[in-house]
Amino acid sequence: MANKAPQIPSIAEFMDKIKSGKIFSEIAKEITESQLWTSSFRHGYADTPRNRVLQIASNVWLHLHPVKMHRHALRIKFTWCMGGITFLLFLSTVVTGVILMFYYRPVGEYAYYDLKYLQYDVPFGMLMRNMHRWAAHAMVITVWLHMFRVFLTGSYKPPREFNWVIGVFLVTFTLLLSFTGYLLPWDQLAMWAVTVGTNMARATPFLGNEGPFAEFVGVTPRYDARSLLIGGSIVGPPALLRFYVLHCIFIPLIAGALMIVHFWRIRKDGGISGPL
Amino acid sequence: MAETKGKEKKEEVVDTIWSRRDFFSLAGWASFMAALGLSSLYFARLLFPRVLFEPSPVFKAGYPSDYTVGAVSTKYIQDQRVWIVRDEEGIYVIFGLCTHLGCTPRWLNTESKYKCPCHGSGFTKEGVNFEGPAPRPLERLKISLAPDGQIIVDKSKKFLGEKGQWGEPGAKLLV
Repeated sequence: MANKAPQIPSIAEFMDKIKSGKIFSEIAKEITESQLWTSSFRHGYADTPRNRVLQIASNVWLHLHPVKMHRHALRIKFTWCMGGITFLLFLSTVVTGVILMFYYRPVGEYAYYDLKYLQYDVPFGMLMRNMHRWAAHAMVITVWLHMFRVFLTGSYKPPREFNWVIGVFLVTFTLLLSFTGYLLPWDQLAMWAVTVGTNMARATPFLGNEGPFAEFVGVTPRYDARSLLIGGSIVGPPALLRFYVLHCIFIPLIAGALMIVHFWRIRKDGGISGPL
Repeated sequence: MAETKGKEKKEEVVDTIWSRRDFFSLAGWASFMAALGLSSLYFARLLFPRVLFEPSPVFKAGYPSDYTVGAVSTKYIQDQRVWIVRDEEGIYVIFGLCTHLGCTPRWLNTESKYKCPCHGSGFTKEGVNFEGPAPRPLERLKISLAPDGQIIVDKSKKFLGEKGQWGEPGAKLLV
């Protein structure tokens, strides 16, 4: 055992290292040359253009991205980054929403009290609920602004017209997510908002019992678009459960699938449109 | 090589519409789509349960003598969402559901009208819309007399004023 006493640097020397920033490269060297590191990663990463392309192209999560971007695509004045912000907000609602699901029960007797429990007795529960709520509100705003920007810059024109249509579906599903989530607090505001909202379904052509052509289809108040939505004739516990399933499973899955197509088509249609 | 050989063979057979492969492929897809379509129908039907756990649409509303001529009774608006109105002819039931977007209006006795707090629709004592966005009169519900002499209200049967149904039997209890 070569029991050599470790050299303790003087304080002045140590401060010099910190000031000059050498300390970081020394720590990095210490880590990357350790046995744990070298046995885990085997070789270094050469930051070459080829490797950068491979990083994107060979990664299942990143391959939807273009391997190279036009400089103009990064111009915030042109894109407002509204699509990206919308997606970020969607991810926030997914994460906070899943966290809320650990406490929330979509049952008439429990829903409202679970909400109060989350807000007042669960640490960070209020934060999670408000993050979910505000991210959802913000997403509705940013998705409209994104649509507005795409319209103003003419980015809906061929060859991007298919992606515009996908986007129209996405804005619809964003609004449906917002609407279905609105019932879940199960308070007076939620009840009446959804009562009013689903009453409109009565007027659906063909499928609503008060809508045009209803007599040809033979729909009744008991069997029509509205009762399909709320699982009965009044906004009660079955409506809560249906909206919960739509809100947490059905619509996010469809919206997620459409988002994948949306992002992929940006790349296939020639990247983010540039200024003329 | 193999491909061109297959093509040559295919061209030899001319007296069939589909090749065996096309037929099986088509049959496979057809049965898959049929199964999918049928399952979708099952699912659509599944969303309409046979039994609903909801309050009964029928309830008893006391005796005709409980109601004074010319008055609007708000006795059942809280529990049953109806007003019971008696005029010189008889008794009828007005459903407390605004025909605009479905809020519950309030009966304002001093102004003698139903007023919706949501968007300001107003209805006369008879339920006829006269102000605000409501497009049609308030709906009336079926009223009848039980053997014990009590009034029976059936909320599942509606009478629409704009369709001239207020004169139909069941829309008014003549007393």
